[in-house]
Amino acid sequence: MDSRPSDVSTTPTQVHALPPLPVKIVIAGGFAVGKTTFVGSISEIEPLTTEAALTTVSEGIDDTSKVSTKTSTTVAMDFGRIGLGEDLVLYLFGTPGQDRFWFMWDDLVRGAIGAVVLIDTRRLEDCFPAVDYFEESGLPFVVAINCFDGALAHPPEAVREALGISPDTPIVLTDARDRMSTKSTLIELVQHALARATV
Amino acid sequence: MSPPGTDGAGFRVRPYALTGGRTRSRADLSIETILVRTPAGSTAADRVSVAEKGQILGLCAAPSSVAEISAHLHLPLGVARVLAGDLCDEGLLDFNREHNAAERPSLRLLERVFDGLQAL
Repeated sequence: MDSRPSDVSTTPTQVHALPPLPVKIVIAGGFAVGKTTFVGSISEIEPLTTEAALTTVSEGIDDTSKVSTKTSTTVAMDFGRIGLGEDLVLYLFGTPGQDRFWFMWDDLVRGAIGAVVLIDTRRLEDCFPAVDYFEESGLPFVVAINCFDGALAHPPEAVREALGISPDTPIVLTDARDRMSTKSTLIELVQHALARATV
Repeated sequence: MSPPGTDGAGFRVRPYALTGGRTRSRADLSIETILVRTPAGSTAADRVSVAEKGQILGLCAAPSSVAEISAHLHLPLGVARVLAGDLCDEGLLDFNREHNAAERPSLRLLERVFDGLQAL
């Protein structure tokens, strides 16, 4: 890591306190799978919503008579924050729910620790695009099965088989409403990212 | 030109009118980059040319990320990022240069996050 020893004061004086260092984790998954609930259960603030305009090129998706059309789509994204000590802040960004265009949004995943792909085993196919995307981009991710009321339609190994994900990608059970459960899911992801970074 | 009402966001002006059509500033900020007002920024809030920049300086009295600026001031993320980047170029906002927006966190940083989460 680059530190610049001479041009800035590196001793922790109060003269010009630098803001905390940010890190981020992406919370992905299908529509209404519990992403905002997951973020809200551990965030120290009420989840905030931000909007981004994305320019997308659609080719015959809506209207085959047009060759390719540039359109502007607005996607909304919920996020939360967790202070980890005085000088480190973890942001959790939930991917826009219904919109397929977030995959074009490199800024969301750029520099991220990794992603939690939240799934509902009754609607497993909803997470396919997210899993494909993270596998392709090489971003460390864990699959977290959101167990509402302890309901688990399919066991983790069946989910692994159905998704066709590699054996070293962790699959965990979580309850998006429960802080301890959310916390251990995030720890699992960071551990996975650490293991990936050390090989 | 996209027809009105397609973005549904209800911005008062075309967002990128605020940034002169730019989608990037010189400072490489990410959506999670945390900004804070510099001493010069504290006294400049009333003198900046764009009202939104003044609001950003006001908000960044407490360290705030680009995403938080966007959410609190109802600015699209891209616009918040360009305006915040301009304010950094002007020396009115600052961020922790240890933060490299383009790279995955280092091993050491991951360990700090791990320890921080354990301690929650």
